[in-house]
Amino acid sequence: MLGAVGMAPLNYSAPLPLQVATPPSPPDVKKEATRAAYGRALESLGHSREDIVVLDADLSGSTKTAAFGKSFPDRFFNMGVAECNMMGFAAGLALSGKTVFASSFAMFAAGKAWEQIRQSICVPNLNVKIVASHAGITVGEDGASHQMLEDIALMRVLPHMKVVVPADSRQTEAAVEALATTPGPCYMRTSRAATPIMEDAPEFTFGKAFTHRQGKDLAFVACGVEVYQSLLAAEELAKEGIECTVIDCATVNPLDSETICEAAKSCGRLMTVEEHQVTGGLGEAVAATLLENNTLVPMQRHGMKGEFGQTGPAASLLSHYHLDGPGIAEQARLFLGATQ
Amino acid sequence: MNLASPPSYPESKDAAEINGIANRIRRDVIRMVHAAGCGHPGGPLGLAEIFATLYFQELRLDPENPDHPLRDRLVLSNGHCCAVLYSSLARRGFFPADSLHTFRKFGSPLQGHPHKGHLPGIEMSTGSLGNGVSVAAGMALAAKMDKLPTRIFAITSDGESQEGQPWEMATAAAHYGLGNLTLLLDWNGIQIDGRTEDVMDPGDIGAKYAAFGWHVQEVDGHDLENLSSALAAAKEETSRPSLLACRTVIGKGVSYMEDVSDFHGMAPNDEQAKLALQELGDPAPEDLNHESPALWNN
Repeated sequence: MLGAVGMAPLNYSAPLPLQVATPPSPPDVKKEATRAAYGRALESLGHSREDIVVLDADLSGSTKTAAFGKSFPDRFFNMGVAECNMMGFAAGLALSGKTVFASSFAMFAAGKAWEQIRQSICVPNLNVKIVASHAGITVGEDGASHQMLEDIALMRVLPHMKVVVPADSRQTEAAVEALATTPGPCYMRTSRAATPIMEDAPEFTFGKAFTHRQGKDLAFVACGVEVYQSLLAAEELAKEGIECTVIDCATVNPLDSETICEAAKSCGRLMTVEEHQVTGGLGEAVAATLLENNTLVPMQRHGMKGEFGQTGPAASLLSHYHLDGPGIAEQARLFLGATQ
Repeated sequence: MNLASPPSYPESKDAAEINGIANRIRRDVIRMVHAAGCGHPGGPLGLAEIFATLYFQELRLDPENPDHPLRDRLVLSNGHCCAVLYSSLARRGFFPADSLHTFRKFGSPLQGHPHKGHLPGIEMSTGSLGNGVSVAAGMALAAKMDKLPTRIFAITSDGESQEGQPWEMATAAAHYGLGNLTLLLDWNGIQIDGRTEDVMDPGDIGAKYAAFGWHVQEVDGHDLENLSSALAAAKEETSRPSLLACRTVIGKGVSYMEDVSDFHGMAPNDEQAKLALQELGDPAPEDLNHESPALWNN
């Protein structure tokens, strides 16, 4: 074991069992990472919008801005491993009339450069779109240092900042268009892992939450990769006679209070699901809107509960933190049991 | 209004006129900070010749059309020195000088640190050290990619050089050959907690920028001839960003403030303000009724 090679065991509250198997995914589901869709949509946008300028911080192959850089080398600037400076450059370009997309990993964009985003982009309300990939635990093997679990909280607290967390590549492509036509600062969170494409899902509209299925017992409100996982949970629960609504809250800020409150009222119970800390994220945004709209139903925030992630395949991590379909279903049963 | 070419340079002025403007800026700074009862007088006093030269000789601006697309731009990255910027903008005609007394007051567009959108002529919100220089470099990149004649200036300081971000900016500005970017370093050797060499010695900042690939000139920041010739050389240099490493004296022009760290961020009291105005040759040094418009137009 680890001790035999002189390594101290990992000091996590619940370390991942070494033997955990990667859960299989349904073979017939078409998948693509949202970051890939971002790269494609951005390149496409470059053809029609000459004001688009793209910055990256030495991760263009991973954030997928490289495709734009290849097609439009005069409008693509690699800023090197210097995210704070990149946000300042983005502000300067925006002040000169450019619509700027600035990309890096979520950890470094929203985390390291938060102060520059606040001071240089949000305070003067500039037209900068921060599209950050590799968010959440589905980053996988890179481990805790790269699994950004606090970015939604950090971004949604900022005045002027719009926050979009697309669930699949179709939505991401539409969101890129929406970001480019929505004035002011925007933050979009994309994922490293390939995630199922929901062909039947409603079209993305900025500021709108989408209802994927209607139930009467429990409303899931999820964003990003957790939308699909919540749908899996809803299917599993349906077999047990528990009917769930699944809301895709692709725009976290501003929140679609109306759709969320209606779902809470019709189901009587609500659970948020996100691969993010439950503190400060979608869950708290939803809790606040329920409270302020006098929609007091039993509610639970499901996500990362005050701990950092760890190394492992994305699917194993989703399973370990109960953020895959079966895990969410299990949490839902406990919640429903406790609130009968 | 011609938007196809940059605004013209200010009318040519001799050294006596520029010095007169610098003196006027200093008197404004004393009155503004005294009226506010707080703020930063030292840095602005040390920047008076630099700002008089930039706003009355170097920058192509149109106060009637402050957002002219081809104007030159100045970002005050050491935003706490904004009293000198507000005074310069007022004296250049961007807004009435008799509104300078509202500095730092509730409801005033003359915010405690520059806030874009509140006051014509303010190019960027600044105040958090390290941030403004990157924004200026981004403006320079935009002008370069669009092949515009616009030139970008930014003021930085030795204290700000202790941040990490300016060095990220310095790397990127050199990498992208931003010859339209000129940084002026307010190098007065003083920061809030004392002398920079004691707090966190930034060393030879000019040599550091040179090592980053910049065109660097060391300048006496109070010598108009020296400033003008260095600005001319910076304009000539179009392949690399330029740094004017300006040696300045904090509190310059007011005997008890010169080279004293206490007046980095402290307002003078009534007696100190009167003494300062007297030393600066203000015609009414005893009159501290700053709301009186006559005091800003004498």
